[in-house]
Amino acid sequence: MILSIASGKGGTGKTTVAVNMALSLKDVQLLDCDVEEPNVHLLLPHETNEEKPVYVSTPQVNEELCDHCGKCSEFCEFNALFVTPEKVLFFPELCHSCGGCLLVCPKNAITEKNVQIGVVKKGAAEGMELVYGELNVGEPMSIPVIREVKKQIRSNKTVIIDSPPGASCPVIESVHGSDYCLLVSEPTPFGLHDLRIMVKILEALGIPFGVVINRAGIGDRKIYDFCEEKGVPILFEIPFQREIAELYSRGIPFVVDMPEWKRTFQLLMDDIKGCMES
Amino acid sequence: MEEDVSVTHGRHKGVYGKLKQITVLSGKGGTGKTIITASFAVLAHDVMIGDCDVDAPNLHMLLHPQIMKTQEFKGPKLAVIDRTKCTECGLCQNSCRFDAINGSLQIDPFSCEGCSVCVVVCPEEAISLQERISGYAFISKTKYGPMSHARLDPGEANSGKLVTLVRHNARQTAEEENHNLILIDGPPGISCPVIASVTGVDAGLVVTEPTLSGIHDLRRALELLNHFNVLPLVCVNKYDINRENTERIVKFCEKNKVEVAGKIPFDPIVTEAMVAGKTIVEHSPENMVSREIETTWKRVLSALVRE
Repeated sequence: MILSIASGKGGTGKTTVAVNMALSLKDVQLLDCDVEEPNVHLLLPHETNEEKPVYVSTPQVNEELCDHCGKCSEFCEFNALFVTPEKVLFFPELCHSCGGCLLVCPKNAITEKNVQIGVVKKGAAEGMELVYGELNVGEPMSIPVIREVKKQIRSNKTVIIDSPPGASCPVIESVHGSDYCLLVSEPTPFGLHDLRIMVKILEALGIPFGVVINRAGIGDRKIYDFCEEKGVPILFEIPFQREIAELYSRGIPFVVDMPEWKRTFQLLMDDIKGCMES
Repeated sequence: MEEDVSVTHGRHKGVYGKLKQITVLSGKGGTGKTIITASFAVLAHDVMIGDCDVDAPNLHMLLHPQIMKTQEFKGPKLAVIDRTKCTECGLCQNSCRFDAINGSLQIDPFSCEGCSVCVVVCPEEAISLQERISGYAFISKTKYGPMSHARLDPGEANSGKLVTLVRHNARQTAEEENHNLILIDGPPGISCPVIASVTGVDAGLVVTEPTLSGIHDLRRALELLNHFNVLPLVCVNKYDINRENTERIVKFCEKNKVEVAGKIPFDPIVTEAMVAGKTIVEHSPENMVSREIETTWKRVLSALVRE
């Protein structure tokens, strides 16, 4: 079972839900796919037992073989190569590592070299397996790191994936292939606006989903109306409580201090399984 | 701060000497970037506004832009297989590094990056690339000044390129309409759309919150600004949620010579203003939150003038 957690809007409580849920269930593998700003590991005391660098392949031009015909630059859809009569200029931040320039070069003047853009770390925390990625600061593309994190999935476990905020490619990469997606939102106009976008994405991907409302009690009721109208199940509500916010600010998952919540998360998992069967 | 009052008006030509740009960013999402940027737009009295959060934009919900011009945004192309020519040799599938072609040789539009490797390797010339519209860029009018913004279609790629278009439109409009300050609301994270939002700006204001995650993400956002040589400024939102952590942030900034331009208290009234579709500085101008935002804005402006 692969369960992903997403939101559209940032700061709605994805990581809070992911970590507290993981702490309430058995035999869990928890993956943090927010490789730009990973936070799951901050909330879980853990030991790192494996660190794997993440590389992307980038082209390297052998100027001795190159006759500056310009085919590589003509081919590159991302404008990462620019050929002058004297030299080939390469813009690594635009390269998608598709390998196409190697294929089209008639002189075999292009080879690939690996460049590290981030790291994937694995560890053990509270009886669960933790995997998270970190994109190097200044690197533009997070997708290859997310892919490496997801390669570690062990589908015989209950896999929980924490996704990045937003609604573009990194989110798709994170939720793609999951059996169910929990959308964490808050009852505010911003929360609803971004929830609508995520609903469209999950419908297009064909992933079943339900909503968790965090900070219930603030804002307005429009998110409830939207879910009712759309027939989207609201599976769970976390009330707005200063105690929860303060625990979070100190990096403490609230089920640690309020263990009565564990049962609620277990029931939530039962509900998700129920939703998937129906 | 009195000496700065003269520059709170974005149109005062000659105060900055040249066009100035500031991006509000955060690393961690949901720290209050948009609420603060919208308030700055009000306080700036006629400023060029840019919303660079193109996949989940929210600024329009507070500034209510009236769209004047719409532009199609062409994102990455999409490979299409002509079934009448395809012999199912599978070369395309083997060559695709994005796993976008499955065993039955169907293309997954969510995985295809439009690189055209499949087009090149297909011996039957059965594959072509099709253009796809993946969003729209807008130039609008608001009560607070012109606004350049965009909407990426749900799930589309290349938000960095759309951000670059928003930045270009903002610059052009600013020049045409004689504005010499551009105020930009940035997306969360640190990757391509954020990089596109901060390159070449004069200052970046990182909005953080006094939580463990906020502190962690602040450090990465500051590293990013340093990497791109942008003057960093910090604003601690909801600072009274955890005063001890706020103190840690302030000390960290002092040590790294980063100016803390503001500390804004937590108040549920901020959500009430959002529900009413208003900026907090218009909804409750006398509230402490509004006053602190105003102080922050003045400090940001003096930092820009010094820059």
